[in-house]
Amino acid sequence: MSINIQALLAQLLVGLINGSFYALLSLGLAVIFGMLNIINFAHGALYMMGAFCAYFLLNLFGIGYWWALILAPLIVGAFGMLMERTLLQWLSGLDHLYGLLLTFGVALIIQGLFQNYFGSSGLPYAIPDELKGGMNLGFMFLPIYRGWVVAFSLVICLLTWYLIERTRLGANLRAATENPTLVRAFGINVPRMITLTYGLGVGLAALAGVLSAPINQVRPLMGADLIIVVFAVVVIGGMGSIMGSIITGFTLGVIEGLTKYFYPEASNTVVFVLMVLVLLVKPSGLTGRAS
Amino acid sequence: MAETTTLDRPAPPASSGPALLSVRDLQAWYGESHILHGMNFEVRTGEVVTLLGRNGAGKTTTLKSVMGIIGKRTGAINFDGHDISRAASDKIAKRGIAFCPEERGIFASLDVRENLMLPPQVRPGGLSLEQIFELFPNLRERLKSQGTKLSGGEQQMLAIARILRTGARFLMLDEPTEGLAPVIIQQIGHTIARLKKEGFTILLVEQNFRFAATVADRYYVVEHGKIIDGFANAELEANMDKLHTYLGV
Ligand SMILES: Nc1ncnc2c1ncn2[C@@H]1O[C@H](COP(=O)(O)OP(=O)(O)OP(=O)(O)O)[C@@H](O)[C@H]1O
Ligand SMILES: [Mg+2]
Repeated sequence: MSINIQALLAQLLVGLINGSFYALLSLGLAVIFGMLNIINFAHGALYMMGAFCAYFLLNLFGIGYWWALILAPLIVGAFGMLMERTLLQWLSGLDHLYGLLLTFGVALIIQGLFQNYFGSSGLPYAIPDELKGGMNLGFMFLPIYRGWVVAFSLVICLLTWYLIERTRLGANLRAATENPTLVRAFGINVPRMITLTYGLGVGLAALAGVLSAPINQVRPLMGADLIIVVFAVVVIGGMGSIMGSIITGFTLGVIEGLTKYFYPEASNTVVFVLMVLVLLVKPSGLTGRAS
Repeated sequence: MAETTTLDRPAPPASSGPALLSVRDLQAWYGESHILHGMNFEVRTGEVVTLLGRNGAGKTTTLKSVMGIIGKRTGAINFDGHDISRAASDKIAKRGIAFCPEERGIFASLDVRENLMLPPQVRPGGLSLEQIFELFPNLRERLKSQGTKLSGGEQQMLAIARILRTGARFLMLDEPTEGLAPVIIQQIGHTIARLKKEGFTILLVEQNFRFAATVADRYYVVEHGKIIDGFANAELEANMDKLHTYLGV
């Protein structure tokens, strides 16, 4: 078969964009899981709240995209921290299942509320002027906003990695993931750290939501659709490593994009097929620690 | 359920001065199992006090109770004039108590330097990195290694070193010599002696009373979650027979 380079590159770009969202979301899930031992099923709803937050900021207060990139993660992150203080903290020490069920319930409530007020159709969110238009790269046409999403996500992922793997704060976090009791006995306020970690993970989800608003519109169920794939990504990558979730996120996005070009019928299922294969070979995921 | 508890024997003679740590009728539980049944003891400023006792007697549980990292505890724990019996462990650490756990607690996801720098400073006047490397020269060469890649002895040194940075003047060391070669035990002995000379107060748990004898001022014997005896280092020889019975050695 002859390869249409233009179409292939276009699908690759779509794959990279999806990969950006996968990476940002699975990164947050991994950070939260490490510290709180909770599989955060509310992650998709919080991603959606990030997008809605940008929408409200613009339409109620006239606050545009650039501020939304900063404010939405802070606002939704604060909401997440409130959720951790009021609900999740009581689950510490219990089986994963409790956290999963609780966050799943919270996700249903949040999504239900938004659906109630906004229906299921998408609300438009315009691309900011600075990122409108495209660039002709010679071999392809690159919509600037899409290039921006990929580059910015990558930078945020790497910054998060740096924060956790290379800074003093990150060392506290890694230590508390291993042995919270001892870290607290050294005089570190571990409960506060747990709250902030949840806030960080949620903030990353909200940031992904803002990034996605101009591409996918703002819909109450935008996260519900995405999160299922993200969980498959997390299963494939394993929860064990920060860099692992970043790389797995981007890679699976690209694989999905390539599948869309070469065998479109499988593009919606390829991630799940890979998940099954990985589970058969390495149940703890590619970068996961055996538990 | 509450047993009335007193010392089975009179409190041992101790160097004079007010107690830095004083524990009265301490009881502790892991879930449903009642482990400490009314511990009474004290540690005075500048002393090295050793808890002796068989496996499972409750020595580690005693340290954990003081540190506030046990499911449930009751009784009075007074440190430096403050009641810490209901405080959370991070607040207790901030009062100036540092804990070196039995299993050493070196973090695998941190390198040696990160392990060393992990405990925050709680008081001014902790040892500088230079002073720490002077005590434990091995650590300087291994700063970039993963914490758990160190040898057992090096891990023990790291576990002690990192709490010396914090400025805490009261150290609780749980079996620092367990499973180590004689030459390393000796090095740890020198370190403890040196810390004592510099005015640190130390509550030590040891099975190895020959080692303890080289550093301790006083001993308490723990059995079934109680203090059943206590004596000063000078009385060690006189108490040897009893000790052998207590410890089953
Ligand atoms: N996490 C735990 N859960 C339940 N029981 C425990 C736990 N840790 C210790 N125990 C029990 O508490 C008792 C006292 O244990 P502890 O660790 O304080 O003994 P120890 O004197 O330090 O012994 P060793 O010399 O072996 O370290 C033992 O009977 C032990 O089985
Ligand atoms: Mg012990």
